[in-house]
Amino acid sequence: MISVAFRTLLYKEMLRFWKVSFQTVAAPVLTSVLYLMIFGHVLEGRLQPFEGVSYTSFLIPGLVMMSVLQNAFANSSSSLIQSKINGNIIFVLLPPISYREFYAAYVLAAIVRGVVVGLGVWLASLIFTWTGVAHPLWALTFVLLGGAILGTLGVVAGIWADKFDQLGAFQNFLIMPLTMLSGVFYSIHSLPAFWQQISHLNPFFFMIDGFRYGVFGQSDASPWLSLAIVGGAWLVLTALSLQMLRRGYKLRG
Amino acid sequence: MSLTDMPAIRVRGAVKHFADVHALAGVDLDIRQGEFFGLLGPNGAGKTTLISALAGLLRLTDGAISVMGHDVVRDYRRARAVLGVVPQELVFDPFFSVRELLRIQSGYFGIRGNDDWIDELLASLDLTAKADTNMRQLSGGMKRRVLVAQALVHKPPVIVLDEPTAGVDVELRQTLWAFIRKLNEAGHTIVLTTHYLEEAEALCGRIAMLKAGRVVALDSTPNILGRVSHHALKLRVAGLSGLPAALAALGAVLQADSLEIPFASHSQLEGLLAAVREAGAEVLEVEIATPDLEQAFVQIMQGASS
Repeated sequence: MISVAFRTLLYKEMLRFWKVSFQTVAAPVLTSVLYLMIFGHVLEGRLQPFEGVSYTSFLIPGLVMMSVLQNAFANSSSSLIQSKINGNIIFVLLPPISYREFYAAYVLAAIVRGVVVGLGVWLASLIFTWTGVAHPLWALTFVLLGGAILGTLGVVAGIWADKFDQLGAFQNFLIMPLTMLSGVFYSIHSLPAFWQQISHLNPFFFMIDGFRYGVFGQSDASPWLSLAIVGGAWLVLTALSLQMLRRGYKLRG
Repeated sequence: MSLTDMPAIRVRGAVKHFADVHALAGVDLDIRQGEFFGLLGPNGAGKTTLISALAGLLRLTDGAISVMGHDVVRDYRRARAVLGVVPQELVFDPFFSVRELLRIQSGYFGIRGNDDWIDELLASLDLTAKADTNMRQLSGGMKRRVLVAQALVHKPPVIVLDEPTAGVDVELRQTLWAFIRKLNEAGHTIVLTTHYLEEAEALCGRIAMLKAGRVVALDSTPNILGRVSHHALKLRVAGLSGLPAALAALGAVLQADSLEIPFASHSQLEGLLAAVREAGAEVLEVEIATPDLEQAFVQIMQGASS
């Protein structure tokens, strides 16, 4: 049975980002639209990563997925670090909320924000071109799993970091490079063999590539391989996050 | 043990180490249901550490704590459901209004549709006019009241107030204490930590004093006052050039024209005044100083040091 405490924490986390939606939804949508305008304009006609798919069309699912991932991470990590630094995390720690409910509420709210922003980017992209969705179930699976992975990573980072500076380092030196080097803007087949191999070590590549399979029915890697890697990454991070919460790491002295 | 005999809070062998610091060095304590209990001690004595362990905000190195019979680690859900804590720090969530926060806090405790009680809390704490105001726009005193309301949304039988009146104006203190007294009269157990000893003296039926992570005194407030402090007869006198031996034997102290003589019972007063007259002093003014908790606190802390 879904508890009132879990539903309330989920509602609070969603209400929190919705109250500042200009910053948490509109701004990242605008950033992605700018990427789409600039890269689409400059590279359209020069690159054709997939057979029968224009560069602008290729770019759209990459940007949608990048928005989902970055915003899912931002939601859980920023909520936790703010609450820790302000001290109001105490209001979540005092009530009888289990560590599993805590995890589920933060990650689910992160997924919701990621999906809302991703949907906004996709709707805005309709101004430029229409891309159908070849395999909706695959596309949805990778959106939800990608949001869950980054939401979970946000929980881990938000608990681990003691100050905004540390969280910024996590975001700028880990999340951003892994996202940018994951094939959002290019197909890894356009890279030299060595860098193709390196890309296969990046789980973000499989999230974006798997989502592209859902949209175009074409991808650099098999969707089943992507699903196995992304699902495995989620399980590992979930186990780590639950262990941190169960032990009260950096939350319960 | 019947339900009414069961202590509201039971602390057994509570030890907490932070690296080399022993914040709690073996605390044993029972707080009875319905008590108004004071937890006093200087800064760093371990009061907040004990409250944090009680509330599940930190884990003990050793020992156990239960609230209404529920172990705060093994049975944490029930233990937290019967406990309301007003934290020492003035913390708040800046995204929400007062009413939103109280509804959310109710939900965390599994309560929906709590508006009747929320309205009652808002009225009791004089917050009704601020119900829809964002927390950021409230004064410090108002934020403190919201903290109290947040701790009470689930009507906990045990309420812990960790220095709730620090930096708070007189009017709010009075409002707050009137409300907390009412809750105590209704059967809620109240645990208070404060640096305002006159508050503890006026409100608490029993007091524990902590020093360096240990309980150095635990008794009813009158017993604590009577155990280590005494009344004093304070006189302004004329005609004494030095302290006569007869008065020195009574423990009297003479400073300029002020003579102070300690006594234990009011029945001694007549004899003391006679001794002063016999010593050749003329009494100009008389004052009787009653023992206070501050005096007791200082003596107990000094005794614990030695």
